[in-house]
Amino acid sequence: MRKTFFTRFFLVGTLLLAQFTFAKEQEHKTEGHDKDLKTEIKEYISHHLKDSHDFSLFSYTKENGEHKYVGFPLPVILWDNGLKVFSSSKFHHGETIAEVDGNHYKLYHSKIYKTDSEGTINYDEEHHPTNVKPLDFSITKNVVMIIVTGLLMLWLFTSLARSYAKNNGIPTGAGRFFEPIVLYIRDDIARPNIGEKRYKKYMPFLLTIFFFIWFLNIFGLTPLGINVTGNIAITFALALMTFLITNFTGTKDYWMHQFNPLGNTMPWYAKIPLYIILVPIEILGLFIKPFSLLIRLYANMQAGHIVLMSLIGLMFIFKSWLGSPLSFFLAFAISLIEILVALLQAYIFTMLSALYFGFASEEHEHEHEAEVAH
Amino acid sequence: MEKLLEEFSVGLFFWQTILFGLLLFLLWKFAWKPILNAVNDREEGIKNALDAAEAAKKEMQNVTADSEKLLKEARAERDSLLKEAREIKDGIISEAKEQAKVEGDKMIKQAQATIESEKKAAVADIKSQVANLSVEIAEKVIKEELSDKKKQQKLVEDMLGDIKLN
Repeated sequence: MRKTFFTRFFLVGTLLLAQFTFAKEQEHKTEGHDKDLKTEIKEYISHHLKDSHDFSLFSYTKENGEHKYVGFPLPVILWDNGLKVFSSSKFHHGETIAEVDGNHYKLYHSKIYKTDSEGTINYDEEHHPTNVKPLDFSITKNVVMIIVTGLLMLWLFTSLARSYAKNNGIPTGAGRFFEPIVLYIRDDIARPNIGEKRYKKYMPFLLTIFFFIWFLNIFGLTPLGINVTGNIAITFALALMTFLITNFTGTKDYWMHQFNPLGNTMPWYAKIPLYIILVPIEILGLFIKPFSLLIRLYANMQAGHIVLMSLIGLMFIFKSWLGSPLSFFLAFAISLIEILVALLQAYIFTMLSALYFGFASEEHEHEHEAEVAH
Repeated sequence: MEKLLEEFSVGLFFWQTILFGLLLFLLWKFAWKPILNAVNDREEGIKNALDAAEAAKKEMQNVTADSEKLLKEARAERDSLLKEAREIKDGIISEAKEQAKVEGDKMIKQAQATIESEKKAAVADIKSQVANLSVEIAEKVIKEELSDKKKQQKLVEDMLGDIKLN
């Protein structure tokens, strides 16, 4: 009881802190710039949604107009006729050009471009840079957060595993919170969707993906300004895993279902005209399923961040006794909803992955049910 | 779509795949496997314990039924024993009564016989004493009577007459 109270208190505290941090940042910026406030907020939001090459916690502008960033630089790793490794502090947050081995690189809208010594960026008609983009394998903010989340998960779950041996099969500490979730994924996601016989081999993936997405979603709500799961490359990688596992563990029945969906219900010559339409649809379905996973997670997290930050941004646009508390209250309410969404998206991703694995490992007796469901 | 493609970062995809794969492998080996095994073992343990409890309950029911049966039997045996004992007691008492009666009768008869014989002896004794006494009296009387001849004669005659009367 005591513990749950503290957890709640901690959560609420974090949320409040998140808003104050964003608020502070905005305030400092508006003082130093003459830019239109709305454009500034828009730019700030779009900047936040992108990955960055340094881990900045917040920034402010000094009296003399100098930008001050609080945070730490991260290593930049480029492949440009050989491996180039240097610290992102060389970019000075995009304000200067980094010179490495006689090559010049410039940070422009969170992307690294190869430039001349002046840092000139050439544009095409649609205002897209035409400069060469070297292959960028940098340890960005998102990569750091993946590592942090990975270490956190390793620590949490190996300690949970150890606590069983120590405490005679009963978890201790945080494990008491996580064990029911592990059991929920096993009993209510994996078992009913995949089946009693085959669910075991998918469990590690389902558990890892659930906690990975959930933790990163929650990290996204902290004032650190992280948006890992709202990044298309991340969700693509996750959905690709589901896609590969689905198709590599597919049974004979599964593939029969893809290429011969009607089975032996009618003679082969009757099937030909139908299959001209049906088989491409089935094959397209193979790709649409994971694609929907990647877009759903990406769009939900991205949208959540945009809404939340826009509401916080409203405070500075209203600047009145009525508007600012109102938008503060709204942002607070949305934060609470976002906590739910963080869990929900992790659940949906896991649930649908389990469902696809279930299709892939279907046996003959389930085939008819599956057809009816289609 | 174009914006999405532009946002796509190959580097991030690369790191995500590598790190997630590594995380999956490590968690599989050091967390999920032991956790799921431990949970499985525990569930099996609980199931076994429940089964054992159920078996014990059944056993208990059997034992209770047995003991009840035993109790019934014991009670019946006790009742029969008591009945038997009562019968034996009654038999003994009646037998004793009969014996006592027989013995009493015998004793009474003996006593009566003794009394009879004693009486007879006493009567005989009295008779002899009376005879002696009468003889002595007679002697004395005779002695006195015999001092005179006439008297002697008369006495003899009287006596003889008396004896005849007897």
